[in-house]
Amino acid sequence: MRPLTVEETKIFFEKLSKFIGDNIRHLIDRQDGNYSFRLHKERVYYLNEELLTNSLSVSRKQLISVGSCFGKFTAGKKFRLHITALEYLSQYATGKVWVKSGAEQSFLYGNNVLKSGVGRLSDSISQHQGIVVFNMANLPLGFGVAAKSTQECRHSDPGTIIVLHQADIGEYIRNEDNLI
Amino acid sequence: MQIEENNDDVTLDLATMMEGDEGAVNEVHIPVLDDLDPDSDSDVIEDTTSQQDHREADDITVNITDITGEGLGDGIITEDMSILSQRIDETILILSNLKSLREEGMSRIDYMKSLKSDLCSYYGYNGFMISKLMQIFSIPELKAFLDACEMPRPIVIRANPIKTRRRELAQTLINRGVNLDPVGDWSKVGLVVYKSQVPIGATPEYLSGHYMLQGASSMVPVMALAPKEGERILDMCAAPGGKTTYIAALMKNTGVLMANDINRDRTKSLVGNIYRMGVKNTVICHYDGRSFPDKVTGGFDRVLLDAACSGTGVISKDPSVKTSKDNLDIKRCTTLQKQLILSAIDSVNHKSSSSIIVYSTCSVFIDENEQVIDYALRKRYVKLVPIDLGIGREGFVKFRDKKFHPSLKLCKRFYPHVQNFDGFFVAKLKKLENGERKKVEKKEVDSEDSD
Repeated sequence: MRPLTVEETKIFFEKLSKFIGDNIRHLIDRQDGNYSFRLHKERVYYLNEELLTNSLSVSRKQLISVGSCFGKFTAGKKFRLHITALEYLSQYATGKVWVKSGAEQSFLYGNNVLKSGVGRLSDSISQHQGIVVFNMANLPLGFGVAAKSTQECRHSDPGTIIVLHQADIGEYIRNEDNLI
Repeated sequence: MQIEENNDDVTLDLATMMEGDEGAVNEVHIPVLDDLDPDSDSDVIEDTTSQQDHREADDITVNITDITGEGLGDGIITEDMSILSQRIDETILILSNLKSLREEGMSRIDYMKSLKSDLCSYYGYNGFMISKLMQIFSIPELKAFLDACEMPRPIVIRANPIKTRRRELAQTLINRGVNLDPVGDWSKVGLVVYKSQVPIGATPEYLSGHYMLQGASSMVPVMALAPKEGERILDMCAAPGGKTTYIAALMKNTGVLMANDINRDRTKSLVGNIYRMGVKNTVICHYDGRSFPDKVTGGFDRVLLDAACSGTGVISKDPSVKTSKDNLDIKRCTTLQKQLILSAIDSVNHKSSSSIIVYSTCSVFIDENEQVIDYALRKRYVKLVPIDLGIGREGFVKFRDKKFHPSLKLCKRFYPHVQNFDGFFVAKLKKLENGERKKVEKKEVDSEDSD
């Protein structure tokens, strides 16, 4: 486990800011402890100092996860967010879409969100922005990328795609082996 | 002459049992029934019941072949089972009052032998398992235990206080068409699911980690552990994470929880559950539990050791246990458990304000439970402390030729036929001092034991 290099931090924060914008600073400057990002087996973990010292005694080979995993660097040095980051993403998300109960199940099976399934969406979403998807009871279901801006959405057909699916909590069952 | 009479009795028996089931059979045997004097009817039946047990199995098989001749076909197995079940009940009755009910020349041992073989074939256990269980339970209780092992346990879910409250969760699930109730006074987070219109393991609430499917039996060890906020806790055999996530919830996501499991594949479900339930204070690793504390780290405030075991308490979940275990398997388990509990004790910091070790197994055997704890008491400076839950039976203080430390009654045992939990065992230990218990004291304890 090691801190992220400057290059890695740049790639990672760029990706993260698509979802939570300036709120990244809330993750780093916390009142309740000294939190940091660490890299382990190409995965980025978010943890506090206490966890960090405790994980030092575990050998690299035997360590599976510590704190919260945000995602991983792909072989091509791009960063991919994992569903395990949803809790932090949903807390600080700038772009949100709420889906109707009928479309909830479809999204949880890995499908995109269509206009017909959208119950509500936040203002000022721009195209290609990161979107956190909620159900009407305000439970975070997953996240994706906006296919259209809020303005364009208003004038589109019910069948058009609004959010391109990236990850959803159905993966806890579907894809349990590759969560982190 | 006598043999013929006997045969008649059995046919009569069969006929009375099958009354109403199969017209043809009844017709065949009606003459026999008509022969009976209505007044003496009950007496005859009693006679037959008491005679039936010591009768050779041959007689019965002969009768069954007769029936097949009459074209019953598929009915054989069920009839065979009902004969067995009836004979088991009768033997149990006789054993409960051996003096007045037993046949001439039949000893208790004979009855026990026949009962054992009947139980083996009726419930599908191997001889080793039945004789082991016979040592633990009295005969009527054994029957209740075996019957309970055939039934599934109720589905219990645990609300996750990190994400929701039990009342809110119950309301949401009721709206989805789930019929549920609180599990009992002893738990503030458990809910029993009676009936559900939706798959309970795939609702959006489940995926968001608002609850965990978790047997009542895996909540008790965590309640016994009683973790506090900000502590350093080790869960030695963590997968699939039901207990681990409960510990984290009680710690309110503070402190450090080390979740270890020896099996790399099983850590995947552990990871899944930990992230789904929103737990953020864990270090997940996969070591052999015995490498704590030397190869990894020690000095924990509390350790939960949910040791690998033979699984004799969860036969309803995994019926393969009925036949797959023998003496060697149990011995292997106990050796591992003894090594694990010493590692667990050594991993605890005795100067901490808590220094608690909780040992639990899902086995009902004394070898894997009381004997392991007794071993730990002899080898290390630990003492048993009471578990205040108000449920469960006391542990065994003596068993057959063995006498254990008197404090072993502070352990708790749970059975499927008593609490309707999976069968399991919990012991709570407090560490007093580091290092091995010295030989002098060990001798004292031994002499106490042998007194």
